[in-house]
Amino acid sequence: MQTNTPQNDELAESAFNRVHQDAIVPHMKILVIEDDLEAAAYMTKAFREAGIVADHASDGESGLFMGSENAYDVMVIDRMLPRRDGLSVISELRKRGVNTPVLILSALGQVDDRVTGLRAGGDDYLPKPYAFSELLARVEVLGRRKGTPEQEMVYRVGDLELDRLSHEVRRGGKEVLLQPREFRLLEYLMKNAGQVVTRTMLLENVWDYHFDPQTNVIDVHVSRLRSKIEKDFDRPLLKTIRGAGYMIKDEA
Amino acid sequence: MKPSMSRIRLVFRSTTVRLSALYIVLFALCAAFLVVYVTAMSERLLAQQVREALLQETAEIRGAFERGGINQLLRVMERRARQPGANLYVIASPSGEMLAGNVASVEPGILGKEGWTNMPFRYEPFTELGPRRPHVATGNVFFLDNGLRVMVGRDLGEPGRFRGIVRRALMVALAIMGLGAVIIWFGIGRNALKRIDRMSAASTKIIAGDLSQRLPVGVSGDEFDRLSESLNSMLERIEKLNEGLRQVSDNIAHDLKTPLTRLRNKAADALAEDRDDLRRNALEGIIAESDQLIRTFNALLMISRVEAGSIAAEMSSIDLSAISADSAELYEPVAEEAGLSLTTEIEPGLTVNGNRELIGQAIFNLLDNAIKYAAESGSEAPVCLVLKKAADGLRLSICDSGPGIPAEKRTEVVKRFVRLDESRSKPGTGLGLSLVEAVMDLHGGRLELSATHGEDAPQPGLTATMVFPAQKP
Repeated sequence: MQTNTPQNDELAESAFNRVHQDAIVPHMKILVIEDDLEAAAYMTKAFREAGIVADHASDGESGLFMGSENAYDVMVIDRMLPRRDGLSVISELRKRGVNTPVLILSALGQVDDRVTGLRAGGDDYLPKPYAFSELLARVEVLGRRKGTPEQEMVYRVGDLELDRLSHEVRRGGKEVLLQPREFRLLEYLMKNAGQVVTRTMLLENVWDYHFDPQTNVIDVHVSRLRSKIEKDFDRPLLKTIRGAGYMIKDEA
Repeated sequence: MKPSMSRIRLVFRSTTVRLSALYIVLFALCAAFLVVYVTAMSERLLAQQVREALLQETAEIRGAFERGGINQLLRVMERRARQPGANLYVIASPSGEMLAGNVASVEPGILGKEGWTNMPFRYEPFTELGPRRPHVATGNVFFLDNGLRVMVGRDLGEPGRFRGIVRRALMVALAIMGLGAVIIWFGIGRNALKRIDRMSAASTKIIAGDLSQRLPVGVSGDEFDRLSESLNSMLERIEKLNEGLRQVSDNIAHDLKTPLTRLRNKAADALAEDRDDLRRNALEGIIAESDQLIRTFNALLMISRVEAGSIAAEMSSIDLSAISADSAELYEPVAEEAGLSLTTEIEPGLTVNGNRELIGQAIFNLLDNAIKYAAESGSEAPVCLVLKKAADGLRLSICDSGPGIPAEKRTEVVKRFVRLDESRSKPGTGLGLSLVEAVMDLHGGRLELSATHGEDAPQPGLTATMVFPAQKP
């Protein structure tokens, strides 16, 4: 399927260096359980270029062993694996008390398999074929999840504040009025401040639909939100990451 | 000779011949049973009658003897013996020696015992000419007071006569049945065999790849015709699916070739680019192009999965009113951006049994289309979303005032990759309506396309209606 020609690697490099050159990439260690060796090689290389150390296991049994013996920040598990099915690896890991966030990769389609995957103990689900930028963004959000205090009541990015209890948003002490959906959009972006968030992730988390919005519908909502939080202010906070999605971040 | 031999073997392998043979055997058994039974019954009836007649005669002869002695007896017997078809009369001495009678001889021992002869016995009648042939008879023997023995009997004819009748009846029955079987085989069986041959000849052509072939259908509308008809409609469906598949592969090839070529050209440009920033731009273009391709593949996969019905498991009762309102809320800013307004008219609390994700995606696709085409045509009339309950179920309509789709093209556009814009220059996968239709099929509903402002209006617009079947209580 995918050939590791030099152009291919070059492409991966330039694309992902760009995305992350200015993001503070946390040191993250992940496990990729994938039986397609070429896809795995491409993935581990691309992850490494994004500042993520990726170990690789090529079947379910060795993946289960590595996953229970080592501490990882995130595991990326293919659903169909030799020697032990991906879902069974996940439920066995959970049984052994391993609570590492798991992202399931699957060629099995989108709607129904997602539900079974998440029921088996997965935390996120990505159907094949996918863009690597989508996988990377999701892995980073999952890896960061452990460190994000869910209890935190006020999110802050620069001079922008979002109060999750009172549903108030202020920038530089001045109140910004948002529609309920815009509030949820901003809340999700700020919860993952400093991370790339894809359009699909926004549709999932803000509108609760799990498919790829084929058009610019999310962009329109983001640009509305942007005009509300950035109008009258010099410093942009909400950045568009071309080819990937959005990120909210204080440049200073 | 050889072909005729194999022909005969074929005949014996055919179902009709086997059925005919079975039929012959069964009916032969029935006929044999019937003949035997009827014979036995008539024999019994005959014997009964004979017995009664003989008893009667015995009583009369006894009476004659009591009234007038031996002379009277002899007179009566002689008179009776002379009548045509007379019974047998024998008078014998106490030692069993025959004294008088109208038979030549009687099986020995018969006259020694009083009462009914148990089995038919043999005797020889008087004959004028020819050899004496033994006959069988049944009779009643009684002793007179003076010790003389008298037997009154009835001729039963020649031995084996009954068996002969039975055998002849059986032979005739079998002959008729054999003839019947042959007629049946010729009339029905061979006909059926020929029709099956014609059907398999047509099937062979179809297997060879000519899907336009059809099996012959007669006029009688019998089982064979019905079989041919249902096979033909199956073939029609296969041909249609096959045609669709070919269409899809053609379209896939065409629709993927264009972006792949673009991708390749962009990669070549990037390779030739010296300036870093321009090169980056080119690479970003490549990524965007690839993402579009991945989207197309995802949409294709999605449609085939929906069509395969494998998503049916995840159905539940969902609030269609809420989904409609959500969708309108999601697309309202998009419409506004395009210089249009989105009006809604949603009847609250309407639910369907379905898959929220798929229905959501179908509504998004329709809203996308409506906004895209209405905006392009420069129309300023609002795009509308209407959900209401109708007699045939729930109707969710999305209307626009764009160029619309000519009535004759409406069945065409729901096919995969079919786009009215022949040049395919506008963005879009050409899969939107295909997915909507697949989703509606899965939900037992349908997608209706009509003109918003009448077919003849300069800007007819398009109203796409998702019709959900009425919920069963």
